Amino acid sequence: MSLWEYANPKKFMDTTGPLVPWVAGAAAVAMATGLIWGFFLTPDDFRQGSTVRIVFIHVPAAMMAINIWVMMLVTSLVWLIRRHHVSALAAKAAAPIGLAMTVIALITGGLWGQPMWGTWWVWDPRLTSFLVLCLFYIGYIALWQAIEDPDTAADLTAVLCLVGSVFALMSRYAVFFWSQGLHQGASLSVQAGERMAADYRYPLYLCMVAFGLLFVALVLVGTRTEIRARRMKALEARARMTQGLT
Amino acid sequence: MPDLGPYWLEVLASYIVSLVILAGLVALIWRRSARVHRDLSKLEARSRAAPRTGEHGNG
Repeated sequence: MSLWEYANPKKFMDTTGPLVPWVAGAAAVAMATGLIWGFFLTPDDFRQGSTVRIVFIHVPAAMMAINIWVMMLVTSLVWLIRRHHVSALAAKAAAPIGLAMTVIALITGGLWGQPMWGTWWVWDPRLTSFLVLCLFYIGYIALWQAIEDPDTAADLTAVLCLVGSVFALMSRYAVFFWSQGLHQGASLSVQAGERMAADYRYPLYLCMVAFGLLFVALVLVGTRTEIRARRMKALEARARMTQGLT
Repeated sequence: MPDLGPYWLEVLASYIVSLVILAGLVALIWRRSARVHRDLSKLEARSRAAPRTGEHGNG
């Protein structure tokens, strides 16, 4: 079976319908367990004190903010190259989730930065590229809303997505490119070995899985909604045409 | 409740703000999904009924 079969809206709806409750349930269980574990059952860090608990929200949200844009980039490319509507609608459905993740990462980052760095905000390469990514998310959503023809909107937002990918990748790799920023390097890194104690690492892994599952559940629901909305528009247009003919 | 020490406000605010944003996001997506599903079902029912009405009308 080819992956491209899921580009058929009916096939996509039939396949994802039964999946949504399971993914949403798994996301809820993982989120509740991860956050309760992180908040209630982890010790204070010897340097960061209780603010270390912010990492269980900040890191997964920041990771998802970047990964969602990368997912939007892939689906936008699929739209531009193969013209599969489901991929364009999946990108559209993912954008508000990505925006929410970016806002969470920015707010929790500021709340952690104030006691640890002594400032809510600094024009550090990673923070700045993240703010630009947030603005790209807002622009992307606004562009979808502003253009009436869905194919034109999909084309233009796909191009915007390609441009914004520079900032998504910059957000990810800024800490490696520039060493003058305040933001520390990656907390978890395969190359550099584990930099985080197991007490924090395992609940963090669970929260990352939870945020990932939440995204999958929400993007499936959102894409299904967009497909239905498009079918509704088609039916309304057909009804108007029939009325016009009779 | 763990003792959050001098940073209790920052830690609690992080969790509360994030959970409110996530709950709002889930509610928005869920509500729109339910509304579109309901509207589409009505429209499909109406469009299924329409040709029959047309046949009777034309006949």
